[in-house]
Amino acid sequence: MTNEIIKQRLTEKFGEQVAAFEESYGMLCFEAPKELNLKVLNFLYDDEQLKFRFMTDLTAVHYPDQPGRELVVVYHLHNLVDNIRLRFKVFTDISQPDIYTATGLFSAANWMERETYDFFGVNFVGHPNLKRILNVDEMDYFPLRKEFPLEDQTRIDKDDEMFGRG
Amino acid sequence: MARPVSYNLIHKPLEADISIANLPDGHQGEGFFATKLNDVIGLARKNSIWPLPFATSCCGIEFMATMGSHYDLGRFGAERVGFSPRQCDLLMVMGTIAKKMGPVVKQVYLQMAEPRWVIAVGACASSGGIFDTYSVLQGIDQVVPVDVYVPGCPPRPEAIIDGVLRIQDLIGKESLRRRNGDQYKALLEGYGIQ
Repeated sequence: MTNEIIKQRLTEKFGEQVAAFEESYGMLCFEAPKELNLKVLNFLYDDEQLKFRFMTDLTAVHYPDQPGRELVVVYHLHNLVDNIRLRFKVFTDISQPDIYTATGLFSAANWMERETYDFFGVNFVGHPNLKRILNVDEMDYFPLRKEFPLEDQTRIDKDDEMFGRG
Repeated sequence: MARPVSYNLIHKPLEADISIANLPDGHQGEGFFATKLNDVIGLARKNSIWPLPFATSCCGIEFMATMGSHYDLGRFGAERVGFSPRQCDLLMVMGTIAKKMGPVVKQVYLQMAEPRWVIAVGACASSGGIFDTYSVLQGIDQVVPVDVYVPGCPPRPEAIIDGVLRIQDLIGKESLRRRNGDQYKALLEGYGIQ
């Protein structure tokens, strides 16, 4: 099986809705509307030929200069039979970051979606236990969104001028 | 070769193979020695510290070297490392403390019995070090009072030993009334303890 066949199977099923196919370092990558994310994942899982039945990673990326599609949720899938991997992206508006949860399909998605919520504030609709997993519970922002500076803003002991950012 | 940083500021020349703790000030004659209770207790306490290692990263590895035969912290009466806070006098925090770990450090401190001392080993425990970021506690003195800070990233075993010697110095000179004083109470109050 090759990336061409995967692409062909996806376009047969979803037509124009799957788009932006690209191959970086031989790894197929494509995107779909966020309402379709479960349909695409289910199709990739159930299809007799594709068999993408292992989720290696789930994360998000923040692109602040793309209005209307600031947040991307990225799924890394692995076909263990043919040893082929792919990336699947869904874009969402940051003002309403609701994405259907993949926990019904992959148990591995449970903690990874909690992590993605923790750092990017993606609201996974239907997740059984969507709360912070790595950061302190009292944290009131999503630290990997780019509007937040990396440094701890509550500190008073380090003078900014001494660190070249005065 | 001269070292760029000079440790062991308290000079104590080696006079014999076995060195004995200095006698406190007092009056002595044949068969008796009179001194202050404060000094005797200080002498006993400072030479029998039970450290509690709270090692979270590379400074902890340096501490392992410090406890090993080459540097041997046991020479200073701190041989017995306890792993229960109930038994220990000296909390040694070595390594990066994430904000999520902060309450754990505080709880360990609360479980120790008075008198207790705290030493922050390394840049991370002292100030957050290179981790100027949202997830790292910027120095453990935000959650517990600290007596001695050891700089370095990580500090060499000599530096850790020097820190322990300074703790010994503090312990030896500490007034027996200090822990009941208003100033100490205010200090703990500042950390929301009691």
